Parts: sequence; C-alpha cells; structure tokens
Amino acid sequence: MTYCGHCGEDLASGDHARCRDRLTMEPPRFCTHCRRRMVVQVVPRGWSARCVEHGVLTG
Amino acid sequence: MSKNGDHVSSILQTARTQVLAEGRGLDRDQLVEILQLPDEDVPALLELAHEVRMAWCGPEVEVEGIVSLKTGGCPEDCHFCSQSGLFQSPVRSVWLDIPELVESAKQTAKTGASEFCIVAAVRGPDRKLMDQVREGIKAIQAEVDINIALSLGMLTQEQVDEFVEMGVHRYNHNLEAAKSYFPQVVTTHSYEERWETCQMVREAGMELCCGGLIGMGETLEQRAELAAELAALDPHEVPLNFLNPRPGTPFGDQEVMSSADALRAIGAFRLAMPRTILRYAGGRELTLGDLGTRDGLLGGINAVIVGNYLTTLGRDADEDLNLLTELGMPIRELSKTL
Ligand code: SF4
Ligand SMILES: [Zn+2]
Ligand SMILES: [Zn+2]
Repeated sequence: MTYCGHCGEDLASGDHARCRDRLTMEPPRFCTHCRRRMVVQVVPRGWSARCVEHGVLTG
Repeated sequence: MSKNGDHVSSILQTARTQVLAEGRGLDRDQLVEILQLPDEDVPALLELAHEVRMAWCGPEVEVEGIVSLKTGGCPEDCHFCSQSGLFQSPVRSVWLDIPELVESAKQTAKTGASEFCIVAAVRGPDRKLMDQVREGIKAIQAEVDINIALSLGMLTQEQVDEFVEMGVHRYNHNLEAAKSYFPQVVTTHSYEERWETCQMVREAGMELCCGGLIGMGETLEQRAELAAELAALDPHEVPLNFLNPRPGTPFGDQEVMSSADALRAIGAFRLAMPRTILRYAGGRELTLGDLGTRDGLLGGINAVIVGNYLTTLGRDADEDLNLLTELGMPIRELSKTL
C-alpha cells in the first residue's frame, strides 16, 4: 500500500488518522497501489470499488 | 422540564398544549426558541417530542432502504453533494444494472423494510433514465414485495403521470435548505423549481417525501424556517439529513454539527410536524454516533434508512433492527403502508 484510499495522498507523508476513521464509514475512493480514482458502487448491504489496473475490492 | 422538575422552559409548556394536546405544529418563531434551548433542556425537549410522536404517529417505525441507480456526474451544483460533476470530488460516475437493482431490493426487503427508494444523481430524468427506471420497477415488482419510491430530481407533469402509472408509491424531492438560504447552497436551479415538483407529485396522488439538510452553515432562524416551510408543504415523510462534509465540495471544510444541535433540530422538526414520518437519513452516524440513533428514536424520529446510503456506509442494518426490538418499536408492515 502506497496511497491513502480515502484522500489519495502518499501514506508516507501526512497524518491519515482521520482518513482511517472515515474509511469505516465510507468505501475507499482511491486505489492504494496507483492512486487512480476507483469506480465505486454502494448497495444497501455492501460496496465494490474497481481500479482499471488493479482490480476490484469489495466490502 | 429539567429532571428535578423545578424549571420548565415556557416554550416547552406551550408546545405541550399546542402540539401534544392539540396537534398543531409550532411556527417559525416558536421553533427558533426550541433551537435556542440550553443544553440542560434538551432531554426534556426530546421527551416531549417522543410523546408527540407516540400520540400522533404511534410506536411503529418505517424502515427504508435506498440505492443509487446512477451515481455521480450530476450537472447541478448543490454545495453539499459529492455527486455533482462540477466539483473536484473523488466520486466517479457509475450506473447500477437491473439485476443488481433487484438484488438490492431483495436485500432491503429481507430487513423487513416496507420502502425501497431508487435514486439517481440527475437534474431530472431523461428518456434513457425513464426507460431504465420502468424496466427496473417491473423487474422488482415481479420478484420483491416492497413499495417503490423514487428520487430522480425535478419532474415534468408527463413524468409525474408516468410514475403514477408505473405504480410508484412515493417520490422524494427535498427542499434541501430554507428559502432564504437556498441561493447559498444551490445556484443551478431554484427553490421554486423544487417546490413545484413537490406540488405536482402530491397532486398526482403519490406520497411526497420532502426534507432537507441541516448543519450547512445556516442560522438557527433559517433552520427553523426550513422546518416551517416543510410543515407548510405537509409531506408524508420528511427525511432529515445532517451535513457530512464531503471532500472536494464547497461545503467540504464545514464543521460537523454538534450532537446537541442535531438533537435540538430533531425535537424541533417533530414539534413542527406532529404527524409526519420523520426519517433519520444521511449523516446520523457521523453527527450522533451509536448513542445518537437511540436518542433520536426516543426524541421524535419514527423512520430510519437501513443499510448503506448512496455513496457512504450506514450502520449495520442488524444493529438498527435490534435497537428497534429493544425499544419496543415495531417495524411498520408493508400492508399498512399501501
Ligand atoms: S441535484 Fe442531487 S445529485 Fe445533483 S448535485 Fe444536487 S443533490 Fe447532488
Ligand atoms: Zn488520507
Ligand atoms: Zn490501481
């Protein structure tokens, strides 16, 4: 993991505590490998997030 | 009244007679007084709001699920919304297909919910969306026993008529903000245009669901104004949203409103509209946390959205359902809402 799934910034720089908090209440928007914006679909009992390069995450 | 019983705010005394006994909602000026109540009076406010809800609506809670049929890329500029295509929001545009839509309706029905609301981020429906919705509704009706609600933006009379013919039970279109604050929230359409769609929906015989957002930087007077304007519109259901500041939107840097203010607002909305279905909608997890859900349900709220929202996640549906059982609040059954 290189990038923050919430804000898309480099995980090595800056404080992402608030982002981690937010990720319990919303799906990730950025791919943590390449920081592309993912296509995110939220449904009543789950979500999926797709990066064209790195595939699909679900929760 | 504070717990030790020696002090009763006069506005709460007035509300007890006017709203609880006579069923007449508070007006704008009275609501301002409610929103200004000191913290120590908030428990008494919520207690009264709960009594009002029990007296005029009963113990039942309406449960609804929502899903986004078309996410993102909206041409409008509602400053709170991560789905506007005009801001640098990380939300990308995506469509749900019909099998996923039916599956979402099934999952919602399994929770005991009586309403399933299909939402699209659009100014209003175009032909493609109308056709997609028609097909989706047909597919859901063939497989799932649930009322269908829609939220697809501003409508023409022809579109309203089409939805009635499709068997749509309820239509959501929020005022979003008080008339006096609206121009600071949206510039691509007017408050009056929103009001018009609401009127058309109601006149056509669909149930009207119309609410708004609070905590967007409005004054207490404007918050009271929104409640009074909604009361004048008299919708069947009022969803109450608390701003969840979204990255990249003009309101992205706003503070999350305090839970005391959120609870005061819940009490005020109930005292403005004793008979309406008052629904906890977006932002409650952030603003009120776990305890807040309970406080709201014991403070005038009688409807919840279970499961996830459109772009953010809700509490686990089972937690909400268990809480309702614990509070002795039965889920309103489907047959009774038809
Ligand atoms: S019309 Fe709806 S989807 Fe579009 S920006 Fe406004 S709130 Fe968001
Ligand atoms: Zn981050
Ligand atoms: Zn990637």
